Amino acid sequence: MWSYEKRLQFPVNIKEPNAKLAQVIMSQYGGPDGEMGASMRYLSQRYATPYREVSGLLTDIGTEELAHLEMVAAIVHQLTRNLSMEEIEKSGFAPYYTDHTIGIWPQAAGGVPFNACEFQSKGDVITDLFEDMAADGTPL
Amino acid sequence: MNNFSSEQSRMLKDISIIDFTLVELNEYLDTHPHDRQAMEYFNHYARIKNQMARDFSARYFPLTADMSTDTKDWNWVLSPMPWESSFGEGGCK
Repeated sequence: MWSYEKRLQFPVNIKEPNAKLAQVIMSQYGGPDGEMGASMRYLSQRYATPYREVSGLLTDIGTEELAHLEMVAAIVHQLTRNLSMEEIEKSGFAPYYTDHTIGIWPQAAGGVPFNACEFQSKGDVITDLFEDMAADGTPL
Repeated sequence: MNNFSSEQSRMLKDISIIDFTLVELNEYLDTHPHDRQAMEYFNHYARIKNQMARDFSARYFPLTADMSTDTKDWNWVLSPMPWESSFGEGGCK
């Protein structure tokens, strides 16, 4: 079960739109090392550990990654506000705009859609923790 | 309810600071569940966060739906979403 707190973990307040930057930052949303992969990694792996300290930690970190996911989406959203057609074409944002306009959609900077193959869940706590260290070394 | 006052933004920023402390203490305690000193810190900041969230919700809009005390207008949905530019100052400029 989850509940929602109506604020960002850290405020996002971008003054100038920048579609080129948005396309790069978007990778932290739905790219190979993005927050969507991070949250799904921990929240999927937590069922397979026999240690409550670990399943509890994976639950809390996975939850925190969802808060990061929301901040990254807020950054991309604010970077793509009030763009002119000329800015969209000049910044290289036109291919994304063709399919999604300024909607938030999980993809890597190069346009590859979010893919669950970016993380592992093998049903073995040691195997999973090694994958976590490779993906996101600092918290674990 | 579109532009936040500086007091509203300040309260929100203080809540973010205290809550960040709580998230870190929470994760530390998950792997150190018998550390009494860490639990004391956690309980101390949890009480502060709870009070600040209730004060904010009573004055501006509910931070969680269950903090609503509305009887006339449902401010949980009428207040800005957190990604709107009107949602407070105080972030990276």
